[in-house]
Amino acid sequence: MLHRLSSSVSALGAQVIDMVLRLGYATRFMLLTLRQSTTCLMRPSLIVRELYYTGTLSMVIILVSGLFVGMVLALQGYQTLVTYGSESVLGVLVALSLVRELGPVIAALLFASRAGSAMTAEIGLMKATEQLAAMEMMAVDPIARVVAPRFWAGLLSMPLLAALFSAMGIFGGYIVGVVLIGVDEGSFWSQMQSAVDVREDILNGVIKSVVFGIAITWIALFEGYDAPPTAEGVSGATTRTVVTSSLAVLGLDFILTSFMFRGV
Amino acid sequence: MTIAQGQVVALMGISGSGKTTLLRLIGGVMRPTSGEVWVNGVCTNDLDQAGLYQLRRQMGMLFQFGALFTDLSVFDNVAFQLREHTQLPEAMIRDLVMMKLHAVGLRGAHQLMPAALSGGMARRVALARAIALDPMLMLYDEPFTGLDPISLGAIAQLVRQFNDTLGTTSLLVTHDVAEALDVVDDVYYLADGKMLAHGSPQTMRAHTNPMVRQFVYGEIDGPVAAQYPVGDFATALKLRKQCAA
Repeated sequence: MLHRLSSSVSALGAQVIDMVLRLGYATRFMLLTLRQSTTCLMRPSLIVRELYYTGTLSMVIILVSGLFVGMVLALQGYQTLVTYGSESVLGVLVALSLVRELGPVIAALLFASRAGSAMTAEIGLMKATEQLAAMEMMAVDPIARVVAPRFWAGLLSMPLLAALFSAMGIFGGYIVGVVLIGVDEGSFWSQMQSAVDVREDILNGVIKSVVFGIAITWIALFEGYDAPPTAEGVSGATTRTVVTSSLAVLGLDFILTSFMFRGV
Repeated sequence: MTIAQGQVVALMGISGSGKTTLLRLIGGVMRPTSGEVWVNGVCTNDLDQAGLYQLRRQMGMLFQFGALFTDLSVFDNVAFQLREHTQLPEAMIRDLVMMKLHAVGLRGAHQLMPAALSGGMARRVALARAIALDPMLMLYDEPFTGLDPISLGAIAQLVRQFNDTLGTTSLLVTHDVAEALDVVDDVYYLADGKMLAHGSPQTMRAHTNPMVRQFVYGEIDGPVAAQYPVGDFATALKLRKQCAA
């Protein structure tokens, strides 16, 4: 009994040590990526290329999801607001929900599953097929040439995608609330305009999406770079990217929200 | 172990004998725990990343399966080092890339993506990429693996030809005894991380060491067991019967 308990405790300890080591390794990887970013910052074409793969190719899923989320928000919001005779603030409800929370968070979750997993799989496969080793042997640092451009592309595209998600969501809310249900168009837009604050709401939403962008891209790149060079290793790393970055987004959202909207 | 300038040298031995490790030590991918590695008068043991990269610009390496960049075309793969390490105008890069591709017989394939190439073609493109900067030392990691006899012969000829025309020194890790002994000047036979035999291809063919002979002539019986170490099969079966009972 005592032996089983001690082996369980030692197994748990080994897992904790492994986790701390991995976190340290990931932090070192991040610092190295930032240090090696000069190459891609001097050659913006490297970042632009990655922006296409991470940002442009994610637009369809972001726009379609944003539209439906906005439509559902308007439907649900109207049902609640109409009982208090406050359906004129439907635009405020849709806009604030989107720019403060749903826009950055859902866009980040979609970004993690679409672009984050693709980054991990691509880098993991490059490692498995010795492309990264070949680059090293050609005296080209893979961190500078492969990792850093993807990091900056992820960081730049995430806030833009979140903004597109929110804009599309508001449009979806307008379609359902104004066009289909018949909420007054003037009050829908004017209430929204007066209630949504640029600094308190929009800027905080942008800050959130930048933080989520950093977290997702960091996790995705690290998992890909650290993946065992086998089919099983790459698939495991891709799964870990989606799971870890989704949890990180939700956790970070709570922390950021608690700091940003304390006095609201 | 000393490799003379201008020679084509083969590193041979069974799997796990330390051939690829030696190649990685020379390329500076791994650091030696003891001993020293000298390349062109430079000891690689204590080189930092900048020093290693400086040295690697004078080296070319052909990986076992080519390791072509799958998101770049054949042309861009060969142009990769020229674009990364030189300030040459694009027109000159184009000429140089076409020359390298012509040398491996694939000038007509410059627009193809790596996925559209056969194994032999991919290996030849990788060879053109490796010699893009006219390296002083070429490292070949199992260049003949998985090739059909025609591609295999073509790669072997190219190894010899580039070595002689570019004045390169070549180090070949290979299992392909027949093909390698035809093109190399010198052979090192490794076993368990140690050098067991060394000499010209003729010496290796006539070597008396049973392990070397078994390897060179591909004999099943000899000091290297084909079977992975395992206990007696009959005993194992008997144990299984007892368990069933």
